[in-house]
Amino acid sequence: MNRYENVIAHSGGQVVSSNKVLKNTYLLLSATLGFSALMAVVSMAIGVPPIAYLVAVIAAMVLGIFVLPRTANSTSGIGVIFLITGLLGFGLGSILSMYLALPNGPQVIATAFAGTGIIFLGLSGYALTTKRDFSFMGGFLFAGMMVVVLAMIANIFLQMPALSLAVSGGIILIMSGFILFDTSRIIQGGETNYIMATYGLYLSIFNIFISLLQILGIMGGDD
Amino acid sequence: MEWMQILGVVAGVMMLFVLWPAYKHWSANSPKAEKGDWQAVLLPLAAVVGLVVLLIMAVK
Repeated sequence: MNRYENVIAHSGGQVVSSNKVLKNTYLLLSATLGFSALMAVVSMAIGVPPIAYLVAVIAAMVLGIFVLPRTANSTSGIGVIFLITGLLGFGLGSILSMYLALPNGPQVIATAFAGTGIIFLGLSGYALTTKRDFSFMGGFLFAGMMVVVLAMIANIFLQMPALSLAVSGGIILIMSGFILFDTSRIIQGGETNYIMATYGLYLSIFNIFISLLQILGIMGGDD
Repeated sequence: MEWMQILGVVAGVMMLFVLWPAYKHWSANSPKAEKGDWQAVLLPLAAVVGLVVLLIMAVK
């Protein structure tokens, strides 16, 4: 085999490997999203109070920071990702119950759900078809996310609806960027662990859904 | 309500704790954007903004 054939064989192997990661990521992502939805339904049926959302987010974050990276290379990582997404789904149920109590709540939830689906499928399709490397956005996305988190913390005390809307809008844009970034990393072979890839994409979808709910909940009311 | 605020701040600070090393890593190791790269990002993001506006109009 000459050097040229070697390069082709190597890049062919990489494509097969990244396609496998992509396929496993989408399979696990659909399973975790389904499990989250199930947990949300359970939480709504029980009538969990809104504080459960924050508790679930903090517990999921602790698992995501300290447990998932240590277990992502073993089969126990799958259990951990289901635990994280189940917790987030359970917390989400309490938020959905609050929205369902609004006059146009069911419409807001359905619209946010459809919007999240369109954004995710559209951006994933775009990243997959262009095959462009979006990893140049890494520093920009994490810096933007830090600014948004600081604004979120400030708004806990300031309680400004306009800032809340701006934060939600910023999260949707940054998470959209993360979908492009994460998908291109899988295609380019930068992310080879499908559990970590699923975690990244799940968080983007979850945050887009929550932010869309908030924007539509505020803007969708009678003025 | 105070508990909600405290938990919110705890969650925010934890997020910053996670984001800081990731930011440092990616700002040092990100490849430089080439010509047309940012345009390729801004186009779908503009489409997302348009979709959100449409969704807001749909629930009004």
